[in-house]
Amino acid sequence: MKVGIVQFPGTNCEYDTQYAFEKLGAQTSILWHEDTAVAADLDLIVIAGGFSYGDYLRSGAIASKSPIMKAVKAHAEAGKKVLGICNGFQVLTETHMLPGALKRNEHLHFISKHHNLKVASNANDFLEKFDNSDVVNIPIAHHDGNFFIDADGLKELYDNDQVLLHYCDAQGNISNPNGSVDSIAGICNKEKNVFGLMPHPERAMEEVLGSADGIKMLEGLM
Amino acid sequence: MTAIINISLKNGVLDSQGKAVHHALDSLHFENVEDVRVGRQIVMKLSQTDETKALEEVTQMCEDLLANTVIEDYEIELVK
Repeated sequence: MKVGIVQFPGTNCEYDTQYAFEKLGAQTSILWHEDTAVAADLDLIVIAGGFSYGDYLRSGAIASKSPIMKAVKAHAEAGKKVLGICNGFQVLTETHMLPGALKRNEHLHFISKHHNLKVASNANDFLEKFDNSDVVNIPIAHHDGNFFIDADGLKELYDNDQVLLHYCDAQGNISNPNGSVDSIAGICNKEKNVFGLMPHPERAMEEVLGSADGIKMLEGLM
Repeated sequence: MTAIINISLKNGVLDSQGKAVHHALDSLHFENVEDVRVGRQIVMKLSQTDETKALEEVTQMCEDLLANTVIEDYEIELVK
């Protein structure tokens, strides 16, 4: 299993992500944003969290136009997997590889805390190890995590089983930290090979640090 | 030529920053404010002298990068 992790100026979760995937037995490499191609034998490309280009203009907007994103698109079009975490999710919506957009959090605060998430659909590689409605505890850390999509787009997401995760409380009741439409924390594309979520599974790899629920998630992609 | 581009959230997309500013104005007793929208303005100098071509180019810039048309509208003003 070979995993490439994209690094833009301002990315800050690439080494946590590398640690997480190496813990699961993957061979990892860091991919530089100016690269115009990626190795053909990569199984998964992860766009890691952070503040690419200082979040200038809009979170993820400038990164979405960088040379490596053409290679990431080609990788996805070949049917291989892409995962965007936090800023990576924002980059994927800005490239239109995932639908919708991520706006400023409803109450304008930067939110950094552990949050519970409920599995909305396990009919995909990412969450296949879970049952629907399973609750996991994963940290969130974002300012622009307020997922927006119009009513038609939302219907399409549900019709195609593209909603991955909802924010919830420990009992699984919906609890919305940031104003996201329908409390959505993560989605995938129609083809189910491009995944994006605001929470950070790579920060939930060690019980001693609060949660190891991220292991089961990332294992799905292995 | 100068292009002035105003970008704001679409109608129907909740503008949390606008709401917060509105609330703050209320607390300063500016009671005649009905609605506040917070946007972004981009000003650029263009070497292009043909107005039609300039408008075409700037529109393309907005579609490709400057605005996210999923949630934002943009208005372009050209000033000679």
